[in-house]
Amino acid sequence: MAKLPAGTLYRGKVGMWSWVLHRITGVAIFFFLLVHILDTSLVRVDPEAYNGVMATYKTVIIGFGELGLVAAILFHAFNGVRIILIDFWRKGFKYQNLMFWIVVAIAFILFAGFAPRHLMHVFSYNN
Amino acid sequence: MEIVIETPNSPRKRKGANWEKYGWMYMRISGAVLIVLIFGHLIVNLWDKGVGAIDFAFVAGKWTNPFWQVWDVLMLWLALIHGTNGMRTITNDYAEKEWVRKTLNITLWVVCGALIILGTLVATTFDPCIDPNAVNYLPTVCK
Ligand code: HEM
Ligand code: HEM
Repeated sequence: MAKLPAGTLYRGKVGMWSWVLHRITGVAIFFFLLVHILDTSLVRVDPEAYNGVMATYKTVIIGFGELGLVAAILFHAFNGVRIILIDFWRKGFKYQNLMFWIVVAIAFILFAGFAPRHLMHVFSYNN
Repeated sequence: MEIVIETPNSPRKRKGANWEKYGWMYMRISGAVLIVLIFGHLIVNLWDKGVGAIDFAFVAGKWTNPFWQVWDVLMLWLALIHGTNGMRTITNDYAEKEWVRKTLNITLWVVCGALIILGTLVATTFDPCIDPNAVNYLPTVCK
């Protein structure tokens, strides 16, 4: 196996960084989902146990974690659309670079709209 | 080292179902559907009234409605299989020893299967009146 890839067209450019980010966010969401299904399953066991675990979801520290989760999902979802367009749209690969910045812009705008509202919810709950 | 791929666009010769291709299609189709399901999930659970509103009664309010049960079960299957298949791609990329790769992939699918069964049972057999003696969190449907 070659340890040093020789390509320079791809390495270090938008194509590579979007792929790295897509991979990291995918893994992060995956591990969240594993835990999330387990915590949700407590509704079938004991309502009080469920409410107890949900109380930790409402703390300030986890509140910031939820910001990270939403950021990860926003990027992964819109970059997923970009990947689909590159694969199926005739002009997709021509615009892949531009589409990456559109993905970043849409994710950022939605995140900027979400974050203050979420923090207000979290801090008003913890008052 | 140089890697030469001869005639990359020549038709596949191997017989049998092309599972990698189905997996590739699945990632794209499930991804498109998941945008609707996950964004809807986050809007209702995180945006609308915020995490502070989530408790047993909140879940009871949703899961006594078949609409949300179907929504969540669909989301559960699509997201878990999508995520597990994505993790498989990643272990295939990084695990260099064959037995490590096999073990990780088998573990991934076993966990995926177990959580799909668990989550499906939880959402479909949900009982809002599981504890009729409760006072604080008993949903109105039980009173
Ligand atoms: C919100 C909607 C989503 C969309 C549009 C989406 C789209 C995609 C696409 C197009 C791929 C690339 C597949 C390929 O290269 O063949 C992918 C990979 C992946 N996705 Fe998603 N996805 C979504 C949600 C999720 C969720 C909820 C999870 C976790 C449970 C997840 C985890 C992954 C992982 C781990 C990969 C593999 C990354 C890699 O190979 O580098 N995705 N996704
Ligand atoms: C911080 C953000 C989140 C919160 C507060 C949250 C909250 C909840 C709640 C309260 C439930 C119970 C049923 C319902 O209300 O529909 C639930 C179930 C579920 N959630 Fe989330 N969720 C979040 C993020 C996510 C994400 C990102 C995914 C997908 C990757 C997801 C996937 C699921 C699934 C599949 C179920 C059903 C589980 C089962 O059938 O046992 N959730 N979530």
